[in-house]
Amino acid sequence: MSNMILLGTRKGTVILDYKNSTWYPRPIEHAGIPICYATRDPRDGTLWASLDHGHWGPKLSRSRDGGATWEDVLSLKYPKGARYIVKVLPTPDFDPLAPAGQPEYADATVFKIWNLAFGTAAQPGRLYAGTIPGGLFVSDDGGDNWALNRPLWDHESRGGDLFAGDATSENRWFGTPASIDYGVFEPGIHSIVVDPRNPEHIHVAVSSAGVLETTDGGRTWAGRNRGLLNDYMPNPEAEWGHDPHFVTGCAGQPDHLWQQNHCGVFYSDDGAKSWRKVSQPDAGVHFGFPIAVDAQDGCTAWVVPAQSDMARMAIGGGLCVARTTDGGQTWQSFRKGLPQEHAYDIVLRHGLDVAGDRLCFGSSTGNVYLSEDRGETWQCLGNNFPPVYSVRFG
Amino acid sequence: MPTVQMTQHLYRFFPVLENRTIRVPAGSVAEVLHALNEIAPGFIDYVLDESGALRRHVNLSVNDTLVIDRKNLSDHVQDDGTVYIFQALSGG
Repeated sequence: MSNMILLGTRKGTVILDYKNSTWYPRPIEHAGIPICYATRDPRDGTLWASLDHGHWGPKLSRSRDGGATWEDVLSLKYPKGARYIVKVLPTPDFDPLAPAGQPEYADATVFKIWNLAFGTAAQPGRLYAGTIPGGLFVSDDGGDNWALNRPLWDHESRGGDLFAGDATSENRWFGTPASIDYGVFEPGIHSIVVDPRNPEHIHVAVSSAGVLETTDGGRTWAGRNRGLLNDYMPNPEAEWGHDPHFVTGCAGQPDHLWQQNHCGVFYSDDGAKSWRKVSQPDAGVHFGFPIAVDAQDGCTAWVVPAQSDMARMAIGGGLCVARTTDGGQTWQSFRKGLPQEHAYDIVLRHGLDVAGDRLCFGSSTGNVYLSEDRGETWQCLGNNFPPVYSVRFG
Repeated sequence: MPTVQMTQHLYRFFPVLENRTIRVPAGSVAEVLHALNEIAPGFIDYVLDESGALRRHVNLSVNDTLVIDRKNLSDHVQDDGTVYIFQALSGG
C-alpha cells in the first residue's frame, strides 16, 4: 500500500507522507503556482507536477530525489505547423443542426498539460501527456524530449492532417469549459489508460469528444463511444461529442474500463468496444467528475457523486462516496466520517485515487479525506488545503 | 547596449538575472529575448509560447511603449533603449 499522497492544488504541490500511523503534509512545493496534476512514476520514483502558470505558460516540473529538488521540463511543445480548427463557445442562439461555415485555423500552443501517464515496466522512459488543445504527447527518455502523436492530432474526427493543408473532414471534437480560462474553447485530453498486458494498446478520453483507442502503439486511432448516451445533443448516440469527465481502467483486468461522464457513469467489460450506463440516479450516482477502479477486481469502482449539472456541488449539502462491487448493477453509499451538512465541495476529475484498500479524495474547497477500508469510513487529513485539482498515491 | 528590466517574479525562476544590470545587443525584441535566454536558459519559455509569440498575460515594452508586434516581436530596440518585461494584470 502506498505511503505517499501527492496533491495538485491551486497554490502548489502538497506531498503527504505516512509515518507512525499518521499522514504528515510537507511544506508546499511550487508555492503559489497552480498545479493541475501531480503524480509519481512507479517505475523509477520520479515525481511530476504540471504547472499551470497564470502568466508564464504551462510547464512540467520533475523531481528525481523524492521531492527535495525540482527542475523545469520545458520541452513539451507543439511542433511548427501544428494547427487546429477553432471552436467557438456556443452562444444562446447556437444551432447544432446549422450547416458548418468555413473553418478557422489557429497555430497550436499548449494551454494546459492536463494529465500524465506512464508506460509499462517494459518501456522505461516512456511517458504520455494529454493537453488542451487536445494533443497527446509521448516521451521515450523520461521527459527530456516529447513528440506530438500525429495520428491522433491528424485524426479524421478533427478535420484530418492540418499540417498538410486545410481540413479534409469535419471537426467533431468540441471544446471543454476547462479551456475557457485560456481564452479559447478547445478540447482536452484528461485520461490516458495504458494496457499493462500490451503497451501498444492505449485508451485516451477527450472532453468533449469521447474515448479513442489505439492497438498499434498510436499509429492508428478509432473512436470507442458505442453505448454512451449524451443528454445535450439531438442524437444521444452520436459517434462524437461525448463528455467523459474521467476514464480509468483496472490494472489486473484491463478490459474493465470505467467512465464518469457528464451524463452518467458508464462501464465497459470488453475494452471499451461497448459501454453501458450504470448510473443509479435514485441513489445519487449519476453526475460527478472522478472515478476510481480497484487494481485487481474490474467490477469494483468508486465515484464521488455530485449534484448535476447546473449546480456542481455536493448533493444535499453532504458528501458521500459510492462503491459498486458488481459492475455497476448496485451501488452502496458511504458517509461515515464525511460532512453531512453545509458541505459544498466538488471533487474534480483527478481528485480521487485508490491504492489497495486506501482511497483518498480532495475537493475544490480544500478538504482532503482518506479511507483505509475501501471507502466505507473516512478520516479528514485537512480542511485548509488550497482547492485540490488532483490526488494521486505515490 | 540596451538594458532589460523585468518583474521580480521572474527572478524566482531565474536567480541569475537578479541584482545585476542586464545589457544585451541592440536589435529586435526577439533578438533581445534570445540574448536573455543565453544568460538564463529557459527564460524564453516563460515569456513566449512555442510559436514565438508573447504569452497572453505577459506585457513587454520598449521604453514606455508596449510592443505592437506581439507575434513576431519585430519591434526594434535602440542602443540606448530599455526593455521592460512584466506580467499583464489579470485579476483584482
